[in-house]
Amino acid sequence: MADALRRIGPFASRAAPLFWLVVTVAFTFLGLLAITFVIGRVVPIDPVLAVVGDRASRETYEAARLAMGLDDPMIVQFARYVLDVVQGDLGRSVGTGRPVAEDLARVFPATLEMATLGIIIGVVVGVPMGVIAAARQGTWIDQVIRVLGLAGYAIPAFWLGLVGLVIFYAKFRLVGGPGRIDIFMDGMVPVRTGLLLIDSLIAGDMRAFRSAFSHIVLPATILGFFSLAYIARMTRSFMLEQLGQEYIITARVKGAPERVIIWRHAFRPIRVQLITVIGLSYAGLLEGSVMIETVFSWPGIGNYLTTALLNADMNAVLGATLVIGAVFIGINKGSDLLYRLLDPRARA
Amino acid sequence: MSLLRVENLRVRFPTDQGEVEVVKGLSIDLGRERLGIVGESGSGKSMTGRALMGLIGPPGRVTADRLEFDGIDLRGLSESGFRKLRGARMSMVMQDPKFSLNPVIRIGEQIGEALQFHQRLPARARRRAVMEVLEAVRINDPERVYRLYPHEVSGGMGQRVMIAMMVVLQPDLMIADEPTSALDVSVRATVLEILDDLVRRRGMGLILISHDLDMVARWCDRILVMYAGKVVEECAAGDLHAATHPYTRGLLASVPQLNETRTRLPVLDRDAIGAGT
Repeated sequence: MADALRRIGPFASRAAPLFWLVVTVAFTFLGLLAITFVIGRVVPIDPVLAVVGDRASRETYEAARLAMGLDDPMIVQFARYVLDVVQGDLGRSVGTGRPVAEDLARVFPATLEMATLGIIIGVVVGVPMGVIAAARQGTWIDQVIRVLGLAGYAIPAFWLGLVGLVIFYAKFRLVGGPGRIDIFMDGMVPVRTGLLLIDSLIAGDMRAFRSAFSHIVLPATILGFFSLAYIARMTRSFMLEQLGQEYIITARVKGAPERVIIWRHAFRPIRVQLITVIGLSYAGLLEGSVMIETVFSWPGIGNYLTTALLNADMNAVLGATLVIGAVFIGINKGSDLLYRLLDPRARA
Repeated sequence: MSLLRVENLRVRFPTDQGEVEVVKGLSIDLGRERLGIVGESGSGKSMTGRALMGLIGPPGRVTADRLEFDGIDLRGLSESGFRKLRGARMSMVMQDPKFSLNPVIRIGEQIGEALQFHQRLPARARRRAVMEVLEAVRINDPERVYRLYPHEVSGGMGQRVMIAMMVVLQPDLMIADEPTSALDVSVRATVLEILDDLVRRRGMGLILISHDLDMVARWCDRILVMYAGKVVEECAAGDLHAATHPYTRGLLASVPQLNETRTRLPVLDRDAIGAGT
């Protein structure tokens, strides 16, 4: 069918790749909706009971059930769910009493801000570390980097968070404490993007920016450390694989200096693999690190989702799951596009 | 004056079972001629090539009583010393262009690199030199090939690109390590012809490493037969049929003939030729 469609006029043009991108994203998203819908039906939480309370009479219960459309065939219910979601209606959260979409618009940027800073640290530090470790395999630099990588796996996030707070906040006052901004400035910055660092810059409020920065720097660095450990380890093993390739010998035979061998001949081919690794760890960070968000009282999506789960707040759980799923789809598609840019073999 | 003088070259690698010697006292005296090194897999022929280029790093060890390239002592030559020689004065064509060309760098850029490492040339002059060398390996539309990636060309074309890359600086010595064994039979002759033509015209010394007796006999002046890390036979290409060593005799006997009547080819008697010594 795809081939048949491809041949029809408008899609045979240059816009075709874009068209197929939209189609695949839409279908993946529909699949995601189906999964969240099914989860919403199979969990042993009665949505009617959640509305009417457990003291309601049989008649009230039945009336509510009908009113909520739970009597309709599954497919109708699913269609209604899809339509609601497409219109941005994710239902109301029992926990906060606000529409879930509104809640998510508030908590997701908090996580986005921290995760983005974290992944930037992870890439900027982790990639060169991995490359250097591979180039100097077996030396003390390699050992130090490997121990750091191991630490990134072994140290629990909450411990690092607490110790970080004790040292840098409580003892030396170098960074801000828990929360996104100092308490007296909370809510003072007009919300534009939801990202405090950017909003405070837009507002031209440097004091708020400094405060927000001092609050985010520690949790973001800790997140960055964890992704750095992973990224450095993967970069190192990708590089070692590359350095064993024949074309590395070709480059040597041509008289290439070591720097060129490492950064051009070995590093260029691994960029595609690195994008996968970086994309996945960014997506992982965007899920919200519950530990870090809890330790730092960060009002992010991890915190929100956990609270919702504990309160059996199904609309909130499904809404947050949907956002996280959409993030994964977005990052995957983004990586696909980057592959094509960076690897000539991936351009059809 | 000879281009390359090697006496008692040894290459060793440490293993869990002790040190393994893969090249055991090889000697070559090479002028600007074409020398063939033949032998089976593991006979040490590729290791010899790599040792000459200084490509055997730790934990491998290379020793020799004499290892001179155009009067330069290669023993203990620093990495930066080798770097000046490689590409510019000695170069090596490898087996399979599928693996020996970098998949994410355009062909023109990969050839241009060799120039870049050794000469300060303005970009335009470099580009012109690349076009010329592409033409020299009989690529008809260098402009197009310049912009291609290695996966977009055939094996034969890839190997021509490889040769272009290795002759662009007009080296004195070329080592060709199984340059045609990954290619289709139909393009082998062309590739060898191009290589041979360049070697003769530019007066280069050539070491052709192969397991193909016929091919080496046809394209070389002199032949070394290696077995288990040692040279077991050395003769002029024309005298190969008169070889005396049992290993060489065995190899010759197992070459299939066009008007073959044998149903089985003879198998080498490795005990008789002293396997592993």
